[in-house]
Amino acid sequence: MAAEVLTLGKALNLGLRRALERDAKVVIMGEDVGKLGGVFRITDGLQKDFGEDRVIDTPLAESGIIGTAIGLALRGYRPVCEIQFDGFVYPAYDQIVSQVAKMHYRSRGLVRLPIVIRIPFGGGIGAVEHHSESPEAYFAHTPGLKVVTCSNPADGYTMIQQAIASDDPIVFLEPKRRYWEKGEVDAEAPAFPLHSSRVTRPGADVTVVAYGPMVRTALDAATAAGEDGRQLDVIDLRSLSPLDLSPVYDSVRRTGRCVVVHEAPSNVGLGAEIAARVTEECFYSLESPVLRVTGFDTPYPAARVEEEYLPDLDRVLDAVDRTYGW
Amino acid sequence: MRLIREFEEHCLEKALAGTIVGGIHPYIGQEAVAVGVSACLRADDVITSTHRGHGHVLAKGADPARALAELYGASTGLNRGRGGSMHAADVSLGIYGANGIVGAGAPIAVGAAWAARRAGRDDRVAVAFFGDGALSQGVVLEAFNMAALWSLPVLFVCENNGYATSLPVDRGLAGDPVTRAAGFGLTAEAVDGMDVEAVAEAAGRAVDACRAGAGPHFLECATYRFHGHHTVEHLMGTKYRDDDEVAGAWSRDPLTRQRDRLTPEAAAEVDTEIAVLIAEAEAFASSSPGSDPGDALDYLYAGLVPARPGA
Repeated sequence: MAAEVLTLGKALNLGLRRALERDAKVVIMGEDVGKLGGVFRITDGLQKDFGEDRVIDTPLAESGIIGTAIGLALRGYRPVCEIQFDGFVYPAYDQIVSQVAKMHYRSRGLVRLPIVIRIPFGGGIGAVEHHSESPEAYFAHTPGLKVVTCSNPADGYTMIQQAIASDDPIVFLEPKRRYWEKGEVDAEAPAFPLHSSRVTRPGADVTVVAYGPMVRTALDAATAAGEDGRQLDVIDLRSLSPLDLSPVYDSVRRTGRCVVVHEAPSNVGLGAEIAARVTEECFYSLESPVLRVTGFDTPYPAARVEEEYLPDLDRVLDAVDRTYGW
Repeated sequence: MRLIREFEEHCLEKALAGTIVGGIHPYIGQEAVAVGVSACLRADDVITSTHRGHGHVLAKGADPARALAELYGASTGLNRGRGGSMHAADVSLGIYGANGIVGAGAPIAVGAAWAARRAGRDDRVAVAFFGDGALSQGVVLEAFNMAALWSLPVLFVCENNGYATSLPVDRGLAGDPVTRAAGFGLTAEAVDGMDVEAVAEAAGRAVDACRAGAGPHFLECATYRFHGHHTVEHLMGTKYRDDDEVAGAWSRDPLTRQRDRLTPEAAAEVDTEIAVLIAEAEAFASSSPGSDPGDALDYLYAGLVPARPGA
């Protein structure tokens, strides 16, 4: 397949299709993933082509979905579970945190659970709380889980296949507001390691760390800042647990300034962890404290005001300006 | 049953002595359930178990020596010393683990049965053991629904020992378990869980029906735990059962009941055999190397990503 332009949603769909083709042990399960093709159409057409036996409509029972995935995985399957919306993952939280995350470690490697838990996450589609949340810190805080998120179609296509091929349980966060954004997908491009972060746009002045839906926002901010003569070094984390911060440290040692952007609330969020580690590693290079641009420390707001809540280009640029204020 | 009883008595002693670090949840009194059900199972069937799991794990065929080593935190244990009492497992024997979360094993059994179905092997049954307290957990009801919906070969075994920790069952459970299970379309019955032959007979019917494709079954086993919820209970000074009630339950001891069905010679033979097994288990476990804190960061992931030691 030559490179083609796809939306993120289509790229994920194609990645899932490739995984189903490659390994008969891969099964997709979740609410409305089969006949309907998923509420965001990410599994569109897969049940038709691979059968009800491999793309399975489940009852509305998130905890039961993850629990049954464990039983399937223990008997050699590679379940890919879709949690329909971010807020729906909490009923499954016990199975994910108390069971999935711990079996490999507590058996000293005797048990492997190759389970992928796909979750559309974040806001920006007018869907209010329970449907717009950013739960990544809960899972990144849990040893034994891996947490990754894609920000563009090319990564979506590759990362979902890498996650399914992995022998570890992975929470795979999909930025739902970016499902319809297009980008080039080259199926023959060499794969970038799943748990590596990447400099998405190089710049010498301020390091901007983002992931998932906020990478687009950070890139837009970099374009705007560039017009004012300030070059932002935008890093897409991609993997939230484990974190790959080496490129961030390298960047901050050059720029001396760092802004972390995420939709989730700031309190005890990924930004706090990144700020702490950057401070430990790059203390003598820093010209200012590491700043965070995040959602508010409130429940996700009503749809009418979500644009106020979500970090946007202006808030990122404001933080960039503030790094020059020390 | 004798093996489980003696194993648990041994563990009680070792828990009080501190050889087993932390508490255990002794299975003493409930042996007829694990043994009666497991007598109907094959090596390629699977079970999920509970926080009170030693009986299930042993009845399904785990090596008592490695089980004891696990409780001692030894690297020769079932989980190589990392699971301990509440997470003892041996996937190779179909023992998908004791479990510290009440009810959490039920959907795992459903998934295992689903895998059997996908492999065209409905004859491989999955058994989920849980207590009466687990009937208040939503995930158990989700598991009932999914098993019934897909007509999977699952046997749900509710060990009703009368107490969810300290809460009497009539204060914690609306309705009765059999009616509740039947409402989901499970074939459900109640049996005297203090009589191993009665349990084996009922479980045998249920397991045979599961293997024949008749869908999920539910067995409520009325039983009683003779000791506390856990071994630390007496230190905490907790008391929620009358002494008379506990003493009365001993008169229904499933081991005495079964012993009365054996000739004295046969019973003595079992006693001797079990005493040897326990002595061998103790010799193995106590001479095994303990877990090394130096490997605490290993096996976090299957992939080659090291764990962080923390700040």
